[in-house]
Amino acid sequence: MKHIIIIVFSIFLFATQGNAQDAKTILQRLDENLSSTNRVVKSEMTIHGKRRSRTITSKSYTVGTEKSFTIYLSPARDAGTKMLKLNNQLWIYSPSTDRIIQISGHLLHQSVMGSDLSYEDMMDDRKLTEVYDATLEGSDTLQGRDVYIIKLTARVDDIAYHAQKLWVDTQRYVPLKEELYAKSGQLLKRVTLSDIQKIEGRWFPMKMNYKDMLKQGDGTDFTITDIKFNQNIPAYQFTKAALKE
Amino acid sequence: MLAFKLAIRNLLGAGLRTWLNVGVLSFAFVVIIFYNGLIDGWNRQGIKDTMEWEIGSGQFWTPGFDRYDPYTYTDAHQSVSDEVKQLIHQQKATPVLITRGTIYPQGRMQSVILRGVDPHQTILKLPTSAFDNPNDVTPAIIGKRMAQSARLQKGDKVLLRWRDKNGTFDAREITISAIFNCDVPPADNGLIYLPLATLQAMTGMENQASILIMSKDNQIEALQGWEYKSKDFLLKDFKELIKAKKGGGVVLQGLLLLIALLAIFDTQVLSIFRRQKEIGTYIALGMTRWQVVGIFTVEGAMHSILASLLGAAYGIPLFWFLNQKGITFGSPDVGITIAETIYPYYSLGLIVTTMLLVIISATIVSYIPARKISRMNPTEALRGKVQ
Repeated sequence: MKHIIIIVFSIFLFATQGNAQDAKTILQRLDENLSSTNRVVKSEMTIHGKRRSRTITSKSYTVGTEKSFTIYLSPARDAGTKMLKLNNQLWIYSPSTDRIIQISGHLLHQSVMGSDLSYEDMMDDRKLTEVYDATLEGSDTLQGRDVYIIKLTARVDDIAYHAQKLWVDTQRYVPLKEELYAKSGQLLKRVTLSDIQKIEGRWFPMKMNYKDMLKQGDGTDFTITDIKFNQNIPAYQFTKAALKE
Repeated sequence: MLAFKLAIRNLLGAGLRTWLNVGVLSFAFVVIIFYNGLIDGWNRQGIKDTMEWEIGSGQFWTPGFDRYDPYTYTDAHQSVSDEVKQLIHQQKATPVLITRGTIYPQGRMQSVILRGVDPHQTILKLPTSAFDNPNDVTPAIIGKRMAQSARLQKGDKVLLRWRDKNGTFDAREITISAIFNCDVPPADNGLIYLPLATLQAMTGMENQASILIMSKDNQIEALQGWEYKSKDFLLKDFKELIKAKKGGGVVLQGLLLLIALLAIFDTQVLSIFRRQKEIGTYIALGMTRWQVVGIFTVEGAMHSILASLLGAAYGIPLFWFLNQKGITFGSPDVGITIAETIYPYYSLGLIVTTMLLVIISATIVSYIPARKISRMNPTEALRGKVQ
């Protein structure tokens, strides 16, 4: 589930400095902070159900926003399940059936492992600046940090969320909160990022809560337990053959 | 004629033994007619209800539409041509736009199918006039099963989330304007009906429809750009269910009939054993062996005639009563089309077929033991010697 976080983070693009900045510049700095050539991430995804919660651990290999390979490590029921994402295509390997299934079309709207995330949420790797117009709405304080509030409005039709709102740390250029809105303005999902740590010279959120705001529950938590940037990942890792190994 | 006279005299002379056999056989006769009448009644009502609530007299589907695959709904829609608009105007067809959505009643997430229907349509019995309530911004109607599963009542508001034609999320509150009661679960379970124009605007699919439902007097079986689905095709699953139910009933009916026929068989065997002197006398008087076999076979078969008469005596009033009052099963929500009260349907074909079945099978089981007579020695039969 690592790469979910990676992809979500990768969605935010940014770079630069300065105090009084426009929204686009802030987005660029955010992107610079979060993006890397590649990364290897170990993570835990905790899905909070009505009666109980379950935690899924996984390891992900990610190159840019195009390639991602995830293997689920636990619980035993899900261990060995693998996912391969190449550009806009997604395959899943299930050890119980020993088959590779391509997730496409409307199946992408389905929830990932029962979480508050859909496959589509994971798949949309277009840069925010490509699909949204950004405006700086103001500043605030969140989690004890000064933040910029940026509003994003879709400028393309084929996008899941018509509008988004970001709260970006003014010093560390890391998003601390993200809200996703329907066309009507109804808040649909909220992502809260926390436990910001400096890793290999960059600030990175190690915890994320993804919450469907329309239903009850505590949403889905992601916790990065280990992350390494710019690793030597063999090209073979991102092939369908690697799914069955 | 002699055989009939003798058969009647012997049967009536046998007294209680005859009437026990006739009673059991008549019970089997009545149960067979009752069960099949019940299934036929269910079938007739089910077809009628399904046509009135769900399928009309046939449908036209957008190519790629599959009613059993909701994933096809999002893409399977097309513009309504002038030719189709003419049919809609003449009330010969009504367009339906179908897509998927999610409702959040009391914070629970529930997937639903959204159906946009014309508020002024008359082809389906859906209470679409409830869409006209000016107080409801986005009026919706649902069936009682949907209302129960989502715990919704008339007047409730619930948040609906859906995707437009480009896949962009949208959400708004809808108001439950009416809750209808129908016996067709596929027209109710998991469905929310919205005004066609509203759903078209919500999804950005203006002037689009997924399917066309045709009126009773429809004769059209081809429309440019649409795939025709006949009434038989749309009722295929229901008819197969009825067929399976009838098949299951055959076992029970067969067992019941078997018991009755076994009693006749035993009676025949006993008669032939105990009436050897009588058989010898018939032959001594000049009858051939096969004529005597005929007398005993007719005698056995007469059980079925008497059973038919007895069955009619108490069956006709019973069937008439059930036909008038119906048989109420409460509100069985088992996911299949079944009315709360079923009115059995007894066709002439059913009655004649059942009578023939009982008479022929009774004749056969009467004949089998009677064949022994053809192998009897008449002299020894006259002496009553066991053969």
